[in-house]
Amino acid sequence: MCLYNVMNYFPEEVLELVFNLLTTHRDRNAVSLVCKSWYSVERFSRERVFIGNCYAISPERMIGRFPRVRSLTLKGKPHFADFNLVPPDWGGFVFPWIEAMVKSGVNLEELKLKRMVVSDDSLELLARSFVNFKSLVLVSCEGFSTDGLAAIASNCRHLRELDLQENEVEDHRGQWLSCFPESCTSLVSLNFACLRGEVNLSALERLVARCRNLSSLKLNHAVPVDALQKILVQAPQLQELGAGSYVHDPDSETCKKLKNTIQNCTSIRSLSGFLEVAPRCLPAVYPVCANLTSLNLSYAPGIYSKDLIKLIRHCRKLQRLWILDYIGDKGLGVVASSCKELQELRVFPSDLHGAGNTAVTEEGLVAISSGCRKLNSLLYFCQQMTNAALITVAKNCPNFIRFRLCTLNPTIPDPVTMQPLDEGFGAIVQSSKGLKRLSLSGLLTDKVFLYIGMYAEQLEMLSVAFAGGSDKGMVYVLNGCKKLKKLEIRDSPFGNMALLADMGKYETMRSLWMSSCEVTLGACKTLAKKMPNLNVEIINETEQMDANSDESQKVEKMYLYRTLVGARSDAPEFVWTL
Amino acid sequence: MESIRIEETGLNLEATELRLGLPGRDKIEKETISSFNKNKRAAPKSAEDDESKANDDIKHHHHEAAPAAKAQVIGWPPIRSYRKNNFAPKKAEAEYGNYVKVSMDGAPYLRKIDLKVYNGYTDLLKALENMFKLSIGEYSEREGYKGSEHAPTYEDKDGDLMLVGDVPWDMFMSTCKRLRIMKGSEARGLGCAV
Repeated sequence: MCLYNVMNYFPEEVLELVFNLLTTHRDRNAVSLVCKSWYSVERFSRERVFIGNCYAISPERMIGRFPRVRSLTLKGKPHFADFNLVPPDWGGFVFPWIEAMVKSGVNLEELKLKRMVVSDDSLELLARSFVNFKSLVLVSCEGFSTDGLAAIASNCRHLRELDLQENEVEDHRGQWLSCFPESCTSLVSLNFACLRGEVNLSALERLVARCRNLSSLKLNHAVPVDALQKILVQAPQLQELGAGSYVHDPDSETCKKLKNTIQNCTSIRSLSGFLEVAPRCLPAVYPVCANLTSLNLSYAPGIYSKDLIKLIRHCRKLQRLWILDYIGDKGLGVVASSCKELQELRVFPSDLHGAGNTAVTEEGLVAISSGCRKLNSLLYFCQQMTNAALITVAKNCPNFIRFRLCTLNPTIPDPVTMQPLDEGFGAIVQSSKGLKRLSLSGLLTDKVFLYIGMYAEQLEMLSVAFAGGSDKGMVYVLNGCKKLKKLEIRDSPFGNMALLADMGKYETMRSLWMSSCEVTLGACKTLAKKMPNLNVEIINETEQMDANSDESQKVEKMYLYRTLVGARSDAPEFVWTL
Repeated sequence: MESIRIEETGLNLEATELRLGLPGRDKIEKETISSFNKNKRAAPKSAEDDESKANDDIKHHHHEAAPAAKAQVIGWPPIRSYRKNNFAPKKAEAEYGNYVKVSMDGAPYLRKIDLKVYNGYTDLLKALENMFKLSIGEYSEREGYKGSEHAPTYEDKDGDLMLVGDVPWDMFMSTCKRLRIMKGSEARGLGCAV
């Protein structure tokens, strides 16, 4: 009797148990394709649903297929919305999803949203409707205020997690934090670092004191040091701490108390915040540095190279480091010699308007690569880069999963050879066989895309700006990268030939973004006509494009994505779905 | 607060702009300004960083050719708008902190404090009280630091001796050159209306 027949007679309960051991969505999706009965068992047992593009499917259909969904992750706007390339009001509203789940009686416990528009009404509906709601994570969202947070705090009796990361939240000067009832003791994670307004400090202290399982706490700038000290006394069990304001006189009583208190917090593994900081006060945190695995000082102004270096020397177990380019090449050298376990590094520019002065160059990166051999994730803003440096980095670190390089001048060549950076990036994709995400910058020709198409077999996301010479570049990528999910291109000379070369490819991808390229309205129309399972959106801000427009007109911004539900009904005026 | 502007290609305002000077000067001016800014930024670094500064200068020369217009591309460098809106970097000149000498009448030696560390006058005065083991009391516009043996004063940019607390904190921070804690009768004299 072959295995297939045996499997057929497994009772569904057993299949369900087996499926519950599958951790990734990919695996669950795969087993659901095996046969009808597996599809059925899988869909009734799936509790965690991930939807990478909220317009790829409708809420009703999602609920129809997965009625037992308890945890939902949704992503809305395209990635380039982060850089102001997508006009506000483009879309990505969460309300219809919440409404649909309420109507269908879904027992929602967790909601994670990225780049979505979340209204206070949505939060209120959520808070009032789902009795077992436990976790709300909002990343880069907008549209809500502290009133919405108050609704969550008041009504979610079993709330474990409220994690607000980099959202634009309107401050209504309410007392949202005080809305957590005295009976709320279930919080495990609270992150309100992105809130601009004041919080009731004594309410915060009392909340922390009664939530004995609190392990992650990230404060905003309105929490001063003396409050921080009192909070830490109540929560020595914390594992992740985001300090708010960290300004105090290093000789003061507060500082001495703080140092002692921090020494008691022996479980701290992650530090972040320091939204306002007096660098001379940093030594108070040295006691926890020895066990730190994650350090994020990318929002800490005014900690310059010397103080950063002193701090980092204490952090020998660091696996993740996010810092500003104040650290300089020399500082990166110190990171390289101190942090041998480093896996993820992000170096952000301190000069945000791109006028072009960072203290880090290719030298810092080379130093890191030779000291931190476990490096697998990189985001690096720098003044310049050379092919030689990239080749060395590729040799030293063959394990990159994410590699994002950003030269402040987007088309700068290798300053030593004056050549494009094709060879350097080529070396990266050739050596890191597991590379999933890549962002390019610097002077680049079609050649780099040839290399990417040839070697980047696992690549899922590619970001291109001011690169390439002809349609061939884009075609190399579309042909070669079999696992490509997201492609976003701006200001590059790719046109209709490339867009239409392999139309079927887009159904295997989540989305394609092209702006300020050579693509015309006519080609977009052709694509939309031939591929009914794609939404081809034209986003017009300055020039209104409509049915009367000349088809040879170039399209400012085009965003296309596969979908099972056709054109969306909530598109604003400036979005035209072909 | 973003200063990135959309490049104006359509209107070509520059062509119709009235200006003095030879045509073609504009670009040169822009480049001069941008390299001037680079030098300014590189200046205040400590001795340890001198070597890297020298290297930086060499590198800057290599891309003075980069047109200044590139600095105004929308969405470049690609940084999340949240980060742009919520990050206020301190200028390089602030690296050293704002140290001023503090003298107290009758004390054998002076102290130095970093004004940047304090949130405001209350913070500063508390710190001075701690440092010199004395009490200064509360500020009042009318009577200065009444009830105290001591009055905190400072020497400003013009060399004048001023009472601490009259001007907004930020203004004080930028004009204060040194602090002096006056004692006894001299202090009381300062508090009287003149």
